[in-house]
Amino acid sequence: MSSLTDLTLAQARAGLDSKKFSARELVDAHIDAVEKADALNAFTQTTPHLARAQAEESDKRIAAGEARLLEGMPLAIKDLFCTDGIETTASSNILKGFKPPYESTVTANLWAAGANMLGKTSMDEFAMGSSNETAATGSVISPWRREGSNAALVPGGSSGGSASAVAAGLALGGTGTDTGGSIRQPAAFTGTVGVKATYGRCSRWGVVAFASSLDHPGPIGKSVEDCAMMLQAMASFDPKDSTSLNVETPDFSAACKRSIKGLKIGVPKEYRVDGMPPEIEKLWEEGRAWLKDAGCELVDVSLPHTKYALPAYYIIAPAEASSNLARYDGMRFGLRVDGADLTDTYEQTRAAGFGPEVQRRLMIGAYVLSAGYYDAYYLRAQKVRRRIRGDFDEVFQSVDALLTPTAPSAAFAIGEKAGDPVTMYLNDIFTVTANLAGVPAMSVPAGLDGQGLPLGLQVVAPALQEEKMFAVGAALEKAAGFTAKPEAWWAV
Amino acid sequence: MSVTPDDVRRIARLARIAAPEDRLEELAGELNGILQWIEQLNEVDIEGVEPMASAVDAKLPLREDEVTDGNKRDEILMNAPRSEEGFFVVPKVVE
Repeated sequence: MSSLTDLTLAQARAGLDSKKFSARELVDAHIDAVEKADALNAFTQTTPHLARAQAEESDKRIAAGEARLLEGMPLAIKDLFCTDGIETTASSNILKGFKPPYESTVTANLWAAGANMLGKTSMDEFAMGSSNETAATGSVISPWRREGSNAALVPGGSSGGSASAVAAGLALGGTGTDTGGSIRQPAAFTGTVGVKATYGRCSRWGVVAFASSLDHPGPIGKSVEDCAMMLQAMASFDPKDSTSLNVETPDFSAACKRSIKGLKIGVPKEYRVDGMPPEIEKLWEEGRAWLKDAGCELVDVSLPHTKYALPAYYIIAPAEASSNLARYDGMRFGLRVDGADLTDTYEQTRAAGFGPEVQRRLMIGAYVLSAGYYDAYYLRAQKVRRRIRGDFDEVFQSVDALLTPTAPSAAFAIGEKAGDPVTMYLNDIFTVTANLAGVPAMSVPAGLDGQGLPLGLQVVAPALQEEKMFAVGAALEKAAGFTAKPEAWWAV
Repeated sequence: MSVTPDDVRRIARLARIAAPEDRLEELAGELNGILQWIEQLNEVDIEGVEPMASAVDAKLPLREDEVTDGNKRDEILMNAPRSEEGFFVVPKVVE
């Protein structure tokens, strides 16, 4: 019999409904897997008592014939989501010990749909990073290794803890947030599926803010259908988030089963970049062939401002962060380091509480917003952002969705790219455009590279057309037949 | 445009982050690496383009100006580094 932790979320739901096992058995199997996986360092804390209590409630619901969408599903929650009475740190020392007296809308939606929480997952500090090396509690390790090597690899970031947990079978699914690629890039690195919906579909309320106009909560799962189910529960109109969209949530699971025959799929030429491994180019080509076989028409398209997306992002995101993170002043919550006077207390608190990458971005943000530089940097970046959005508006007049690689490389080793910030930033070159435009995008695992590491393909759809994205994503998943799993070297 | 160690001292002050004197040079180098890479935005024709602040075009919604939440003083103060008798305790700001 295959282990309960090998099931997809959809399979586990079906298993509970047909009484093959109980929610308690399901959660115990995952708690056990989490306890044995300390080597991955995926969790900032675990909440087994809560998960068991929630699972027992699920068993009662199932017995009463009142099972909900995610009844009994053990999930891993990124430590950026505020959880009532449970420490929420954004993997930063400045929030050490912070216990929010409220629950984020997205996690509240998940619990209302019957899911249970295994714990909080580690991330790059304040979601600023692409490798999970900037977490206050140390790097998360990917369950994947290169063939014939024991070198520790990054799971990607910033939602690397959730990605690592899902890939290693510690959780049936997880939450992430994606500001420049922080769900999709770790999904690509770990052979999981990661989804960022249209901006405004998932409420940002109770999610520790990084760059508000770019932050997208979303799911990481083992399959396209699993992500559809999780997003179904996570999405909602929320009056507590001023940019929440007051729209119906479509049936995303049904969308996964739709035919994609006749859809026009755009292939943007600007996503062929120098230095991209030939294996990624080859996989992209295979992806085009799979969609063509499924009845799609492939169209060459151009998104001419693509190369400017990352530099624009590295003005806009730090600018918004410098405003959002001004709240960490040591007065009302979190760390306080007493200084000589009030300003010194602020400065010492923030110097001690924030890590180097967060400090770097806050300084960039303060600089591009400062008098004399605002127009040259911030305003210009906002105008370039409009150009990038215009590229998508234009191209979606003639195609239904876009197919691109998710990331320009497979997972790299711990420390390999930590030296130069810009080299690290380039990880998000294919993902960041969708954040600037606010359009939905997902990463689907599509193959392995020559060293046995997962690679992902990205599907991008027009705003509010996630159903097309899920239909295309599911077709890619089916054609790719990606079944590879990492060897469980971490299990003790 | 490139920043000098003096600029870094000013920026760090704006960001309210203590920056030790012996690190200003190094920080200037790091920031310049990023800023030089960002310079390529100057190639983009932005003539007549409206700045984009949000992906949601709708106007921000308004609601009635009334209390919808509250009476959580003690829960909120639980996270305070220092509190006394229902108040936050902060460093003295007025002589």
